[in-house]
Amino acid sequence: MDAAQALADLTEISAQIEAAVLARADGSVVASTFRQEGRGEDLARAAVELVAAAGEARGNSGAPELVQIQAATPRGSFFIVRDGGHVVAAVTGSKPTVGLVFYDLKTCLALEHAQAEKAEKSAKADKAEKPAATKENIGKATTSRKRTATKKKDADDGDESS
Amino acid sequence: MRARSAFAALGLSAGAAAAAALWLRRGGSPREHVDLYFADGSMVSFVPGSPEGDRLLPIARRVLAAARG
Repeated sequence: MDAAQALADLTEISAQIEAAVLARADGSVVASTFRQEGRGEDLARAAVELVAAAGEARGNSGAPELVQIQAATPRGSFFIVRDGGHVVAAVTGSKPTVGLVFYDLKTCLALEHAQAEKAEKSAKADKAEKPAATKENIGKATTSRKRTATKKKDADDGDESS
Repeated sequence: MRARSAFAALGLSAGAAAAAALWLRRGGSPREHVDLYFADGSMVSFVPGSPEGDRLLPIARRVLAAARG
């Protein structure tokens, strides 16, 4: 399951979530439910901005890591769940079921992590296999090509003599 | 005697109507706040009027306006 699919599932299972975006810690968008790219980018940037402002508001450097934010207004709520590498942000209507929205966002982030780990593992496995396979193939290909070339030459010689 | 009970009933219904209106008003538009949750399980809530709330809430308002816009 890719990030876009995870977000699509998120909006499907949670009727309260109107829009969501998954971004990296620097605000670059990984996936978004918005049709227009720009709106996803705006939401991701605002999420990063809110996380930074909240970190500053908290103040002392020895404080535990900020992991979730809910900003509630009469127009609706803005939710953010973050970890070291990613941020997932969502917009809901007013009076959302806070615990449920956070749970769904955390699940989405966990899915993204699992996906990233899987991709990293397969990339490492490919890297480890590729050099050995290339060596073998080069040896085989050279041999077979030589043999084919020799056979072809023999056949040509045979044709010419006959 | 009759007038007294009529006044009492009127006062009671006026009080009930005021309470209902207050309850609906409070329930209709939730109070603005920003809740920050930390890795150790602690939570801090900021409301408008506090320096942190006044700093964080405009960002949320802007996001919601843009998302709905």
